[in-house]
Amino acid sequence: MSVLELRDLSVTYRTESGDVPAVRGVNLTIADGDTLGLAGESGCGKSTIAGAVLRLLPASTRVEGQVLLGGEDVYAMNPGRLRAVRWTSAAVVFQGALHSLNPVHRVGAQIEEAIRIHGLGDAAGARRRAGELLERVGIPASRASRYPHQMSGGQRQRVLIALALACDPKLLIADEPTTALDVMVQAQVLDLLAELQRDHGLAMLFITHDLSVLTHACRRLAVMYAGRIVEEGAAGEVFADPQHPYSRALANAFPTIGDPASRMRPSGLAGDPPDPSALPSGCPFHPRCSLAVDACDTTDVQLRSAGVDRSAACVHVGPS
Amino acid sequence: MRPRFVVGKVLGALSTLAFVVVVNFFLFRVVNDDPVESMFRGRNLSIEQKDRLRQQFNLDGTRFEQFAAYVRELLSGNLGVSLQSRRPVTTEIGEAIWPTIALVGTATTLSMIIGISIGIRAGWRRRSRFDVGSTTFSMFTYSVPDFWLAMLVLGLFSVQLGVFPTGGLQDAGTTATGISLLLDQLHHMALPCLVLAIAYLGEYAIVMRSSMLDTVREDYLQLARAKGLRDVDVRRRHAVPNAVLPVVSLSALNFGFVLSGAIAVESIFSWPGLGQATLQAIRGPDFPMLQGLFLLFSAAVIVANLAVDLLYGVLDPRVGGR
Amino acid sequence: MAPDSPVIVSAAALVRSRRRAAFADFVRRFRRDRLAVTGLVVLVGFGLMALLAPWVVDQDGLSAVASLDNPTWAGPGGEFLMGTDHLGRSVAAQFVQGSRVSLFVGLMSTVLTIAIGSVVGIVAGFFGRWTDSVLMRLTDWFLVIPFLPLAIVLASVLGRGIWNIIFVIAITSWPSTARLVRSQVLTVKERLYVDRARALGATQVHVIRRHVLPNVAPLILASATLAVPISILTETTLAFLGLGDPTQASWGKTLEEAFQAGAISRGAWWYYLPAGLGIVAVVLAFTLFGRALEEILDPRLRDR
Repeated sequence: MSVLELRDLSVTYRTESGDVPAVRGVNLTIADGDTLGLAGESGCGKSTIAGAVLRLLPASTRVEGQVLLGGEDVYAMNPGRLRAVRWTSAAVVFQGALHSLNPVHRVGAQIEEAIRIHGLGDAAGARRRAGELLERVGIPASRASRYPHQMSGGQRQRVLIALALACDPKLLIADEPTTALDVMVQAQVLDLLAELQRDHGLAMLFITHDLSVLTHACRRLAVMYAGRIVEEGAAGEVFADPQHPYSRALANAFPTIGDPASRMRPSGLAGDPPDPSALPSGCPFHPRCSLAVDACDTTDVQLRSAGVDRSAACVHVGPS
Repeated sequence: MRPRFVVGKVLGALSTLAFVVVVNFFLFRVVNDDPVESMFRGRNLSIEQKDRLRQQFNLDGTRFEQFAAYVRELLSGNLGVSLQSRRPVTTEIGEAIWPTIALVGTATTLSMIIGISIGIRAGWRRRSRFDVGSTTFSMFTYSVPDFWLAMLVLGLFSVQLGVFPTGGLQDAGTTATGISLLLDQLHHMALPCLVLAIAYLGEYAIVMRSSMLDTVREDYLQLARAKGLRDVDVRRRHAVPNAVLPVVSLSALNFGFVLSGAIAVESIFSWPGLGQATLQAIRGPDFPMLQGLFLLFSAAVIVANLAVDLLYGVLDPRVGGR
Repeated sequence: MAPDSPVIVSAAALVRSRRRAAFADFVRRFRRDRLAVTGLVVLVGFGLMALLAPWVVDQDGLSAVASLDNPTWAGPGGEFLMGTDHLGRSVAAQFVQGSRVSLFVGLMSTVLTIAIGSVVGIVAGFFGRWTDSVLMRLTDWFLVIPFLPLAIVLASVLGRGIWNIIFVIAITSWPSTARLVRSQVLTVKERLYVDRARALGATQVHVIRRHVLPNVAPLILASATLAVPISILTETTLAFLGLGDPTQASWGKTLEEAFQAGAISRGAWWYYLPAGLGIVAVVLAFTLFGRALEEILDPRLRDR
């Protein structure tokens, strides 16, 4: 049984100016201990998916499809079961750690809270465990009595990671965990995540807009655009030989290590991501696509097989 | 809390107090160059008698000598003598202060507790019926002059319905002692306290609600929910400790207004506190009393502000911490 | 495609049309807020009443001497719409006449408050450092002094009169405006275009006039509208305590006279109810109007 399975998930935000479809029919599976990277520009819906897994989206949002966490549909759970499942089955490492941590509580206390809510320890036990978790992520246990504003950005991110591990979840969702950090600190945090994943056999859903980060951290890779997955496959393969024009553009935007020439010609992508409330007809990418043909305007392209364990949503991709 | 933070705040308070003392002194000398003349106008006094009076009231010598004398007396706890009663100002104030403390203290506590609770609930569930109702109520109470409300309440509950006494600290000529006396006094305090509490809880409710609305958007609430916390606990443990901070600052600012409100309300209910004393002093005008009262009121607000500043340093680790 | 010859639009005309569009947008948003519109209507109503008072009010109705033949303590109805007071004077006449002073003092003291507070706030925020510290210390001092004792002291010392009241209210209210304006100026200062203007060699006065003022003005306007209720309430309180101008009728004075004459124990609610209701109505109207103004001018507050 998979740790996480999204079946035809669609999420629509209800705003004053109308309905905004953020996620449109996404299918995703993450097996035990497996790692999946989810890449895309801002507004493509990837953060919405992070929120959807633990049912953290605003009450006015309309969610269709199924979110199966360990086989159970999160959206069919009663409140008590949902609260029990949160953090114990899956935990989230949010971006922007300064705002994710409560400024008036000590960091140790915030970790202890998670442990005690789920009855995994009494006061003393929780404190001990919080200290251990902090040490595990490279922060001295004595720092548990510090407040978030007294720590650096990198340290705060590690605190969030320690917090995420507090209840031994089977799935870790990292939502842009390195975005707000300096490059050096980014590397440290990424290494830490990889290490933890190996040691604990965690399944991971790694969400980011930075494709280069994903190739080392994840086994599989999915690219999102305008609320849909447009390409999926083994990370290395998708990065080295992207099948979808968008993935290709995304991959090319980052210079390849070992290929000096690529540093000289980073290629950007013309245009802006589409407005979710006013999507183009047919393939949502076609206005920016250099390979667009007439069919792209009319065909609502779905994912189709592009090889062994590979799929892409493009008319140019056919069964091979 | 860092010692430097505390010391800084205390010094600030002291400097403000010093400013108040200076203003207090020179204010009364602005128009009234020679209080003895104006006080005893129409009385046939010899020059020696006037000089002696001036000496008694510290009105001889230059302005600055007078000021020095004033400060000296102040530091030794002497606020002068009331022109109307001939008793020391400190005695007059001492008698009037406890009823006011009881009244204002209780009313402030009530208005804070009720106002903050209302604000929390209203802000947590924005646009709910409770929110709309309580906000309307708050706006009304904010617009009502406190003494007018006192008049209405007195007219209705005392005169019309006879449920509450019409004024004073206790029943006139009462011989009750101990508990029964206390109960009688509480009975008399009920209406003025109610009026003051209602008049000021609106402000707390509105500011708390605003603050909650700001806090509700914060990311750490999402994390708290993700951890598996109940909605109630998310509100109580994560939202409120942050949202209440601006309200704490407000209470200091509000204290001055509540004191001022007490003056008017006390007069309506004939409550024998500082308010009554002030009004009586206005009628004189009893300058030493007015001077002493002004100093006291200002000092009270300064101390309240200091207390709140220090409290804020404790509640918000980002301020005054390491 | 050959370019057409460019239409030359003057910068001033561009600014004017943008301002007009902004104003139209403002009016549209304002109209949607029904409470705010109600507030505005109420204010206009009272304003008209106050302005027209000298012609509408029967001056005899205010004079104790002329009212000698009137029944005293008469309830509402009949010849006297709102009844008479302890001297036989018409309560309705006092109500209409009293609105003049209450509104006038409320508005004038707010103007003075805003003037002082804005100047202090802008100077402190713009010039910063030493000037800022000194001015803020001064502001804190004034903020701490409770208004009523100060008013009482000043009134005792300077005597009673409308302008004294206005002065007292302004003296005690300017600190909060100064604080507000200063923080807004600080925000504006952070913005790059101020630095750019400076780099271009603009004088400080120019920068203040062209960049700081337009950005701070809306906030000042909104806070002014919200400051008027406080001024009116303060004036009412001062008049009630006997510190107002004894020669002018005001709502606060009516309440004072009602209380002193024993209206409460007599159950003569018609004497003290109208003045209070008038105050509540005007204060509420200003508050609603001011809040709507604040919401429209400060987009951050829109989702409330």
